[in-house]
Amino acid sequence: MQLFGDNPVLNTVAKMVTVVIGMFAFVFVVMVPLYNVLCDALGINGKTSGERYEVVQIQVDESREVTIQFVTTNNEGMPWEFGPTTTMMKVHPGAVNDTVFYARNPLSRDMVAQAVPSISPSRAAEYFHKTECFCFDQQALQAQQSVEMPLQFIVDQDLPRDITTITLSYTLFDVTDMVKDVVASR
Amino acid sequence: MNDHHHGPAKGLKRWLFATNHKDIGTMYLWFSFSMFILGGTFAMIIRAELFQPGLQLVEPGFFNQMTTMHGLVMVFGAIMPSFVGLANWMIPLMIGAPDMALPRMNNWSFWILPPTFLLLASTLFMEGGGPAFGWTFYAPLSTTYAPPSVTFFIFAIHLLGLSSIMGSINIVATVMNLRAPGMTYMKMPLFVWTWFITAYLLIAVMPVLAGLVTMMLMDIHFGTSFFSAAGGGDPVLFQHVFWFFGHPEVYIIILPAFGVVSQIIPTFARKRLFGYDSMVYATASIAFLSFIVWAHHMYTVGMPVAGELFFMYATLLIAVPTGVKVFNWVTTMWRGALTFETPMLFCIGFIILFTIGGFTGLMLAIAPSDFQYHDSYFVVAHFHYVMVAGAVFSMSAAIYYWLPKWCGKMYSEGMGKAHFWISFIGFNMAFFPQHFVGLAGMPRRIPDYALQFADFNMMSSIGAFIYGLSQILFLFNVIATIRGGKRISDEKVWEGAEGLEWTLPTPVPFHTFSVPPQVR
Amino acid sequence: MYFKAIRLMQLAPGPALLLLALASGAAWSDDSKYNMPMGATSVSHSIYDLHMVILWICVVIGVAVFGVMFYSIIMHRKSRGVTPATFHESTQVEVAWTVVPFLILLFIAVPATTTLLDVYDSTEAELDILVTGYQWKWKYEYLNEDGENVAFFSSLSTSQDEIHNIEAKGKNYLLEVDEPMVIPAGTKVRFLVTAYDVIHSWWVPELAVKRDAIPGFINEAWTRTEGTGVYRGQCAELCGKDHGFMPIVVNVVSQQEYGEWMALKKAEAAEVEALMAQNFTLDELATRGKAVYDRACLACHGANGEGGLGNAIAGSPIATGTMGAHLNAAVYGVPGTAMQAFGGQLNDVDMAAVVTYQRNAFGNNMGDMVQPVDVYNYKKGQQGESQ
Repeated sequence: MQLFGDNPVLNTVAKMVTVVIGMFAFVFVVMVPLYNVLCDALGINGKTSGERYEVVQIQVDESREVTIQFVTTNNEGMPWEFGPTTTMMKVHPGAVNDTVFYARNPLSRDMVAQAVPSISPSRAAEYFHKTECFCFDQQALQAQQSVEMPLQFIVDQDLPRDITTITLSYTLFDVTDMVKDVVASR
Repeated sequence: MNDHHHGPAKGLKRWLFATNHKDIGTMYLWFSFSMFILGGTFAMIIRAELFQPGLQLVEPGFFNQMTTMHGLVMVFGAIMPSFVGLANWMIPLMIGAPDMALPRMNNWSFWILPPTFLLLASTLFMEGGGPAFGWTFYAPLSTTYAPPSVTFFIFAIHLLGLSSIMGSINIVATVMNLRAPGMTYMKMPLFVWTWFITAYLLIAVMPVLAGLVTMMLMDIHFGTSFFSAAGGGDPVLFQHVFWFFGHPEVYIIILPAFGVVSQIIPTFARKRLFGYDSMVYATASIAFLSFIVWAHHMYTVGMPVAGELFFMYATLLIAVPTGVKVFNWVTTMWRGALTFETPMLFCIGFIILFTIGGFTGLMLAIAPSDFQYHDSYFVVAHFHYVMVAGAVFSMSAAIYYWLPKWCGKMYSEGMGKAHFWISFIGFNMAFFPQHFVGLAGMPRRIPDYALQFADFNMMSSIGAFIYGLSQILFLFNVIATIRGGKRISDEKVWEGAEGLEWTLPTPVPFHTFSVPPQVR
Repeated sequence: MYFKAIRLMQLAPGPALLLLALASGAAWSDDSKYNMPMGATSVSHSIYDLHMVILWICVVIGVAVFGVMFYSIIMHRKSRGVTPATFHESTQVEVAWTVVPFLILLFIAVPATTTLLDVYDSTEAELDILVTGYQWKWKYEYLNEDGENVAFFSSLSTSQDEIHNIEAKGKNYLLEVDEPMVIPAGTKVRFLVTAYDVIHSWWVPELAVKRDAIPGFINEAWTRTEGTGVYRGQCAELCGKDHGFMPIVVNVVSQQEYGEWMALKKAEAAEVEALMAQNFTLDELATRGKAVYDRACLACHGANGEGGLGNAIAGSPIATGTMGAHLNAAVYGVPGTAMQAFGGQLNDVDMAAVVTYQRNAFGNNMGDMVQPVDVYNYKKGQQGESQ
């Protein structure tokens, strides 16, 4: 491609500038989305999908029991009381399980939170399906308000047999300001 | 035949508006040396605090600013510009071109640097202090938890990237289009080859760094969440993008050094470089492989085991072409007729010490062992061996080698040898013990340490001061040479020197190869 | 004579480096200041072995290559009157020294792979501990099977006086904490590592465990020590000002001692519950409060309340203002600043004590105090100031 007629130097420059712009774009258009896609698809980094799982079929495997541990962490600056009502459950792969988390906003101002899930071991993430999770949405709580938040999940029958314990952790973040910016910018 | 009938402009204008590759090269070299002193001062503060256990001189927050600025200034202000300066001086001379392809853009590439480093250094005096998150500036320490000066840091990185990118485009355009007739690619001196490949690497990865700091800027000021889990992002994404830039970056630092050594050893062995073709292919393989090994800087971050294994295998692989280069240099020496002037001493020092750094690099490549090495002083020792005893020694060799040609005056060989030996001893005293304390469990980036690390830290600090002082000797030698060194006029300053630059008069005239030479 | 001296000097580095390598080789023992510890677990032993194998391979290759080079330096010098050879390429040789290193690397890759797979196998753990990195301390939460989790913070216990060279430094200077992690020997322990603020990294060399603590995500590691012992480590990822001051101590004890310790910890929690109902005098609160202050506030607010990273407590408008505002800042933190929410970190007795202390120390002399039950009620919603 000859942008600059027969000036070889400027043609080289044009090609190199294209590479520069291309690599800059590559970061935003390829690297970031690719990272997210790979994490979601392969369950890398223990990120469980932020999407509601559509149940296809339910076939409970009674012969296996998997222990699920629930752990919560508040990120810095997040003052809510937040925790599981049960810290541990034993489930069968394929079965639908329900549990509840509690949250309370002890401050005298309204706040919005986001719970971020993470699974350990990370290779179990693709076998842990949430059909209902408070982590799908931001949670708004008025001052002093408390709430019970449901979690419904299924452990896939294809979970590798050597995994007998799965730990589901939620980190709670304060996103009140983030939401304010979004609202303000509308 | 010379068509210019006037010499260079006089006074400040000559330098401010310079388009001559020799002038611009000279400015890069002086600038990079001053940055070497600045970065070295930060290092002296670090080593002074680490001389003994306990906090004696600085507060931990300021110490973190020193380690950060030391890294940034040395990498972006000292090492990279010094090799760009050398490229500017030597590439046109080596390929028989009258100047770089884009002389005015060349001026901008240089002049961006001084104000940018002024800006970066000024962050130390801003409210909240300068950047204190390491030269690797991981999020969220560098986003949510950064001092206000981080915005200026980001701006500085953008400017530095711009300078590098412009310089690299210039180098690629020059090498591709301005070679003298008869100089095919496979006849180019290896220094030109290594810079040619390095320039491509820079063009490919500096924009990635620019993208990364732009994402940082957006997270800090525009409410995005690239690196914050709160908004659906991930701090580990930062590390992947950074090291995608960062690993090629370290090869960007070392490949021109390989080129220098490949020029100097044949001269003092009086024997052609062994395996020229292999050297070119090895350099190209290293450059390609450098894109697929980045996560070996992140083995402890929690990657799935398949990923860890892939990066381990790829990283082990990169040792092969690197080893090939070392073998080729030694074989160049083998059955040559060796003399040991200062440039050769620095090159031999390079071969030994860079290879030691390469060995510790091999050890670091092994993922399970790296769980013990990562973020310890073992890593600090490794990269100082390859960057200081590698790149800086090679730059010293280059100055001693070509300065006499540039200015027509010979440096003091006694002082040069003294500089070499004091550097060699000081460097090893400073950095060899760091292998030990790292293996014994001392983490990086700490201003104070447990008592069992005391003896080696004291030794390291003393060595660092010795090494630092020896650079003053170097400065003195260079200035004394330029001002009043013994005049020489042989075209071949060194008996075994080959290449187009050695066909020119000594000192090299302001304009050269206005008429391209014919290369056989 | 001068040139002979120069030549001799040029010979020096080779043997010197060799000697250095060998000398350091002489100190391969455990507890050595020179080398990686062999450690207390089978994983740490595997890693140590890998490390030694690759080290020796490198030493041998180095000796060979440098040996050839030094031979050349001595025998192929111009001053000996040699004529330089003219060979400058050999495909055979290039192939050889490409293939041989490749094979050596293959040789190393096999044990490296098996060891890595072992490191990653955290299945069938018997005890799970959630490790959270904070600026600048660790929190350990034992996820007990009976659901009664035990959690506590583990902070550096070396005094500021030792750090600032006023007092002599103790043997475990910078590697000692107020509350170590205690685990039973012979038990596979799984660590779930995360962070509260920035990235940290949990590293104990003798267990060969290092795992990054990333806010929002959980990472996994495991260990099993055979015998008992005390193992010390440090944070291994730059996390701000006191990155070098947040060590780790793991106390591996017998099963029985572990059981006793766990019972003690649960009892402590119950004790705090009991203390909640009590009313204390100002002096009692202030005394306890000073200990809490030194442990939890001093790093940012200064030994004399003079401030530093944090605001001064001496003469502070908050510490000399209303109790409600003071509790607000201490319990819920101050968003947008480095002041963390200590309500989740200090129990109500300690919170009451430290707030009382701050209001009365450093010349503040407010004369007022707050009881543990007041803190409890405050958190439950009967507080004063709004934010």
